Amino acid sequence: MKILTPEEAIKNNAYKNALTELLYQLADDDFILSYRGSEWLGLAPHIEEDVAFSSINQDTMGHAAMFYQLLENLGEGKMDGLAHNRPANRWRNACLLEKVNGTGHYLNEPKYDWAFAVCRHYFYTSFKKIRMESLKTSSYQPLADAAVRVSIELFYHQLHWKTWFQQLMLAGGEAKTRMEKAIQTVCNDFGGVLGLGSLGESMVTFSLIDSEETIKNRWNCLMESIFEGVSSSLPETLGSMNGDGRNGVHTQDLEAALKTLSEVYQLDPTATW
Amino acid sequence: MGKIIFAEKLETKILKALYDVSDPEIASISIVDLGMLESVIVSDSDITIHLIPTFVGCPALDIIRKNVEKELLPIAEDKRLNVQFIHNIPWTSNRITEDGRLRLKEFGIAPPPRYLPEDGSWEVNCPYCDSVYTAVENLFGPTACRSIFYCKNCKNPFEAMKLLSEDM
Repeated sequence: MKILTPEEAIKNNAYKNALTELLYQLADDDFILSYRGSEWLGLAPHIEEDVAFSSINQDTMGHAAMFYQLLENLGEGKMDGLAHNRPANRWRNACLLEKVNGTGHYLNEPKYDWAFAVCRHYFYTSFKKIRMESLKTSSYQPLADAAVRVSIELFYHQLHWKTWFQQLMLAGGEAKTRMEKAIQTVCNDFGGVLGLGSLGESMVTFSLIDSEETIKNRWNCLMESIFEGVSSSLPETLGSMNGDGRNGVHTQDLEAALKTLSEVYQLDPTATW
Repeated sequence: MGKIIFAEKLETKILKALYDVSDPEIASISIVDLGMLESVIVSDSDITIHLIPTFVGCPALDIIRKNVEKELLPIAEDKRLNVQFIHNIPWTSNRITEDGRLRLKEFGIAPPPRYLPEDGSWEVNCPYCDSVYTAVENLFGPTACRSIFYCKNCKNPFEAMKLLSEDM
């Protein structure tokens, strides 16, 4: 079964619900993580990293915009509104991705943790690549097309974060200690990233995406080989310590982020940009 | 004796005009040579232009759309202009034409490698001195589609268009 247009998708209510739920997960994950990434601007370990990281964030924000566009086409409302005017409990991103970069604030003594940034981005990007590969055969053709595009661009993101991950893991000393702590923090919530939420089964039945289990196994396989290469191992348990974002349960970090990022939009929601 | 005038087809006029729309940051190359043009569809009432963004998040897209509309308006013959960015075909760097590769070089930007070697390393010739003795400084450059290189022969920093392929 292939659904070629939004008009066709809307005809089947159960299909439309599963599809929009999945699109919110895809869009919100990318949007909030690129927002967290953008807070690093000017603070990355060196100038070339600042250029690279902001370029990655720009790409990722572009991916989010494309997914919001697909939601707009399905009648979910204007994409600017979807990004700037939704209460936190309607966001479907995983809680790991909304977590602050560290203590402090980017305007005033940011004490951000680069090890956490590297692990969160590397783990997420690897997962995203696997998720996109799965979506290439999605029953919703506009989503399958989008996945082809995103997947190509991800090649460079993945290479970038893998390089950081391997070098810091092999560096020993403080780097290794801080990386191991960051890996644990990321794994405490990575189960939430891998989840598909309450409509997961429906998404699989409608051939929108592979099952949680399949994607998790693929990701585990990839991670195991990477960890082997740096003489370490992935923690066995992947949790969702800070809540189940896929079902709208979020932390104070998301509330605060949404307040900041929508500040200009909220001054005049009807303005044309 | 009557004069025979061959009217230029509207499609031809449109294509010519699109060659005058350049990348907003690389004045030497047109969006056609950059491989962004997918189709020109002329109907009784509409002119529809399908363009493919090089990168999904490229912030120059609105500027490109406006520039296309500006070029086409004088020749649109009262038809409605419809400039669309499409996502159902991916942009890959081999869409850049041979002429486009030369125009990039003229601007000081190395054209993208034609294929990705198995070991992932790029061979990019310096756009100034053509040396192969170059090194990647940063895969990510000032825009999403460009990387930063350094030529160890003529000691110039330069940019190269990123290789994008469906195998990635």
